[in-house]
Formats: sequence, structure tokens, C-alpha cells
Amino acid sequence: MSWEKFFLALFGFPGLLYAVPIAWLMLWLERKFRARMQGRMGPPFYQPFFDFVKLMAKRQVLRPSFDSLLMMGLPLVAVSAGFVALALLPVSSDSRGFAGDVVLLVAFLEVPSLWAVLAGFASRSIFGQVGATREAILSITYNLPFLTAIVALASSAQSLRLIDIAATPTGGVRVLAVLTLGLCLPVKLRLTPFSISNAEQEIYSGPATEFSGPQLAMWELAHGLEWVALTGLVVCLGFPFRTGLWVFSFILFAGLSLVLVIFLTILAAGTARLKIPQAARFYWRWGMGLAVVALILGVLPNIERFCR
Amino acid sequence: MSIIQKLVRMARRRSPWLFHLNTGGCNGCDIELSACLTPRYDVEQAGILLVGSPRHADILCVTGPVTCGTRAALETIYAQMPEPKVVVALGNCPATCDVFAGSPAIEGPLDRILPVDIYVPGCPPRPHDLIKGVAQAVAILADQRTRKRPIMEGMNP
Repeated sequence: MSWEKFFLALFGFPGLLYAVPIAWLMLWLERKFRARMQGRMGPPFYQPFFDFVKLMAKRQVLRPSFDSLLMMGLPLVAVSAGFVALALLPVSSDSRGFAGDVVLLVAFLEVPSLWAVLAGFASRSIFGQVGATREAILSITYNLPFLTAIVALASSAQSLRLIDIAATPTGGVRVLAVLTLGLCLPVKLRLTPFSISNAEQEIYSGPATEFSGPQLAMWELAHGLEWVALTGLVVCLGFPFRTGLWVFSFILFAGLSLVLVIFLTILAAGTARLKIPQAARFYWRWGMGLAVVALILGVLPNIERFCR
Repeated sequence: MSIIQKLVRMARRRSPWLFHLNTGGCNGCDIELSACLTPRYDVEQAGILLVGSPRHADILCVTGPVTCGTRAALETIYAQMPEPKVVVALGNCPATCDVFAGSPAIEGPLDRILPVDIYVPGCPPRPHDLIKGVAQAVAILADQRTRKRPIMEGMNP
């Protein structure tokens, strides 16, 4: 991938220009659909944008200098990681990527959750620490099937390049692996059946409890970017429409991401929160089961190549 | 007024986040406050959210006369809220101590301890009254600069 193309992807589509409005749209869709499922009207569509502006305009609470540096730095790194992860997605048909970009993408997708753990401990609030501990335990739980599914896809495509993974013909491996990735979405986005780390009415907002004003706005933005990047990853790998025309791939990518958001919201509104052992059992039984079958299907045809 | 100031004003009007604190009341006002979140009143239409952390909040909603035991918590929570912030006294208790007036266990009414911006009288007030009070509080919030209020004695932000 050339530098110009990377910057175009970072600041244009699917980066800054696309991701920030669509992140706010996704946050709104989530709130709106949850409200509608509960028989309420829900917020107007501009709500996440005004929330962001209001939080940015709040005055910071004074803290010791290193603490405030840490508490501003962590959400900023999470936001930047979200943008880089988005820029790596193989959306437009002329993006070529580079060998090993899937590894980089997985690493950057993990940054917001990892940084939330650090933030929870850095805030030194009891709620933040409980939330951070839960997030750390959950990330072990869901990353096992998530990474196994990615490895299964990569081994079936015999490449660590996202564009090659997306371009392989659809078969059992892809269906199972994308299903596993989809199963991991609610827990990665901290949605209700698995909203254990930011459990409202229980530990307030988990790791973000002590963050206020602009720092909180950055966390909200990072969370929105996580929505865009993770739904985008599933859409890219699950439905790789290579139509050639830029506009079509844009519309398909955005539309399918939004449909996925609606599905996830309906799941979140219709379920109650699980405990950590229940969530772990679910992911290690069903998620891991699917992922292992996908891995075996992905490795078996190429077994002599691996043995050589 | 510059365009950014206008935008900030608009944003403050449209996304007030409430933090609710019971300082020793009878729970009646708390139930009326919770009723605002139900489908019948649904304050989320107006962008109002009930948040769990005072650090996220714009409006402090106090119910109950301030008892000796809750005064320290009230002061800490007020100091933890980032500027600009507005205090709403919900119900008769924070305004006048109501039936608890004269008790040795009471340090209220609320305006002895915090600068109160809006009083919502009633025992308990109806959800309509609360929504009206929040609407007035939001108008105060929008006009505030991000100025620093005098930090009160004994407060530890």
C-alpha cells in the first residue's frame, strides 16, 4: 500500500471523513432501536453529535499532572487506533493492502479494549478497577475464538493479506469463521448480554467512570469507531462485493454495517446481562467450537504444504 | 457570538445529563424521577440521560433534606462534577426540609450547602414538574460560560 493511498484511507474513506459521522449514526441507531424496543421514542438523530460537542466544551477537573496526562492520553490513543484499524479495512476495490496487515488490524482492534483496562486502573476508582478487571477477563474469553477464526481464514487463504482473505471463494471455512467473528461482536462492543465490563446500574460506566468532559468525549468517539471498525470487518470478510465501482462498494459497506448494528441492538435490547462464567462458557463452547471446525477445514486442504 | 459558542449553547440545551442524589429523603421523589425514564414520559427524547457517575453529569438532582451523614457525600459529588453545572432541588425537602425541619439530624435545606439554581416543589413533584424544572435548568446551563465557581471550604475535588 502506497503512502498516499494509506493517507486517503486514513483521512477519507473509510477513515476520518466516513467513520466519524457513521460512528455517531451507529451510536444513535443503537439508542434509537433500543428505545423503540422498550416502547419509547428515543433520541433524535443528532444526539451523539451534540453529546460530543457538549462534553468537549466542559471544563476539565484538575488532577495531578501525570494523572491528567495519562487520562487524556489513553482515550486519544484509543481513537487513533480506531482510525488506523479502519484505514486497513479492504473496502474499496483498488486497495491492495500489504502482507501481514491482518495481524496489524487485529492488534489495532484490540487497542481500545486494552486501553480501557489501563484507563480503569489509572483512574484509581473502585468502579473503574472492577470494570477493568472484568474487561481483562472477558478479553481473554473472546479473543480465543476471535483470533482462531482469523487464523482459520488466513490459513484457508494461505495469506496474511486482508485483500486475499476477502477474495477467496466462499466456502465452509468463511461461513463458520465469519459467524464466529459475528458472535464475538456483542462482547467486543460491550453490548447487553455481555455488557459485563461497563455494567450500568452495577458499576456505573466501568473503566470510564472517572473520565469527564473531553476525555469522556474521546472514549465515546473511540467506542463509536469500534462499532464502525468491527461491523466493517465482518462486512468486509463476510460479504466481499468487489463491484469495481467505488460508489457501490461504499453504499454496500455502509448499508450492511448499519443492518448489522440493528441486529446487534435488537439482541442487546432483548436480553439481560450474563455473569462472567456464563459468558466464558458461551464463548469457549459455541464460539470456540465454530472456530476450531473452521480452523480444521481451513488447514486440512493445505496440510501437505504446512508439513513440508 | 461566534459560531462555536452558538454550537456549544445548542449542544448544552440538547444533551443534559442528570446525576441523581438522595440525601436522606423518603424515596418518593426518586420514584417520580425514575418515572421520567419510562415510555410514558421518555425524557431521552430531549437528550436527557440519567448517568451513574457525577463526573459525566451536567445537572445535579438532589432529593431529600441534607442529613448529617450525607453532607460530605453531597459536597464531594458536587465538586466532582465538571463545570458548567446546575443544581436542581427536587421536592419540598431540599427546599425547606419539609416534615424533617427542626430535626437535629438535618443540616439542610440544600441552599445552605450548595448554590441551588432551580427549585421543583411538591411532595413528591409530578414528572411533568421535574421535566419543566430540567428544561429551565438547561436554559441556565446553556448561558453559563465554562467559568470557575468558587470552590467551597472543605471540598476535595
